[in-house]
Amino acid sequence: MTTVAIIDYGMGNLHSIGKAVEHVAGNLRVSVTADAATIRRADKVIFPGVGAIRDCMRELQHLGLDEVIREIAGQKPLLGVCLGMQALLEFSEENGGTPALGVFAGQVRRFPDGLRDSASGERLKIPHMGWNQVHQHAHPLWADIPQDSRFYFVHSYYAQPDRAQDAAGTTDYGIPFTSALARDGIFAVQFHPEKSQHAGLQLLANFIKWDGQGQTGTILES
Amino acid sequence: MLAELRDAGDPVEIAARYNDQGADELTFLDITATSDERDLILHIIEAVASQVFIPLTVGGGVRTVADVRRLLNAGADKVAINTAAVSRPEFVREAAEKFGSQCIVVAIDAKRVSQDGEPNRWEIFTHGGRKPTGLDAVEWARRMVNYGAGEILLTSMDRDGTKDGFDLALTRAVSDAVDVPVIASGGVGNLDHLVAGVREGGADAVLAASIFHFGTYTIEQAKRHMAAAGVEVRL
Repeated sequence: MTTVAIIDYGMGNLHSIGKAVEHVAGNLRVSVTADAATIRRADKVIFPGVGAIRDCMRELQHLGLDEVIREIAGQKPLLGVCLGMQALLEFSEENGGTPALGVFAGQVRRFPDGLRDSASGERLKIPHMGWNQVHQHAHPLWADIPQDSRFYFVHSYYAQPDRAQDAAGTTDYGIPFTSALARDGIFAVQFHPEKSQHAGLQLLANFIKWDGQGQTGTILES
Repeated sequence: MLAELRDAGDPVEIAARYNDQGADELTFLDITATSDERDLILHIIEAVASQVFIPLTVGGGVRTVADVRRLLNAGADKVAINTAAVSRPEFVREAAEKFGSQCIVVAIDAKRVSQDGEPNRWEIFTHGGRKPTGLDAVEWARRMVNYGAGEILLTSMDRDGTKDGFDLALTRAVSDAVDVPVIASGGVGNLDHLVAGVREGGADAVLAASIFHFGTYTIEQAKRHMAAAGVEVRL
């Protein structure tokens, strides 16, 4: 039986993501947990999160989970979602500047004011909230999901990885931004797969099946 | 494209149907106030949220931070606050600070109070549109966003139930006044109304209930119609 740990550090309601994972795969034990031992033992780990980065980092540190995430990153399949993606970078502009986990080289930036839709010219609002297209770069987690499918987003900040090869998906919201990151056994998405209907459920199903291998074929820098 | 669940029929079954038809979000606004009914609603939300993986907004009779927490814990992604915001605007601020603006929707029921020939003016009405408050709807929307509302669900009480289309001037006035998404509601009778809500009203999303509930159109038809008219939609 595959065991999945969903990291629960008090940032947001994890009911939906737990239910969505149970929905897409049988023979699965899903624990929503803050227990380091359970997370270390799990076959796959999901790192979700909604809210502000400073609270997120404080809670992780308080629970000793920052170290656990750094330790398992690359050792077994890890899926970061929303704030859980942003926290994997080195630094976020949010809350006056907040150091984060540094699993990916790069920063988290706020969308600039005054963005306009490139096609219609309409003023774009922040947060970026709603369904938007993700242009996929080759990766096993996109299997059976049509290119440029729409996923559900809610965010004001976005990831800006230093290394282009870490980007696994790109979205346009007045500016192009990285909506998915990947390297080694780590995959992270800015959107909410648990709220993105068929496309999102397929991504979760692919994650549950994923062995953490089958990277895009680019050679990783050490 | 948002679909609203009305109280007739099995809400879990209807939610699943709207989900299959491609609704982008579901809204469930008819919570009634007694405690028995509230428990029932929580069970319904849990059941819907276990089967339908699109955003779910729940509202009606939300008065306290504890109400918001209960609904979010049951699986709602967003909670809509209406009358309680008018009685105590600070409640919106407290809820947004506690749970984040992204899950706090302020529902505004507005009625035109200007006469023909006068500049447009709309006021907030509560209690299903029966009770005037004297509050200007556009000013109120702006204030609610300052207090932390992450979305405005805007219903024209003049148009609700008429099938005459959205109050486009109202939708445009509120949409231009605030920097958060505005969902237009009230009056949809045909698919061109949905297009007009986005195009002329400037709405970020459009909500309909009866055209879907009574099977006049499916959600898929609505989205295809909007796409054909050049509105960007998820198909």
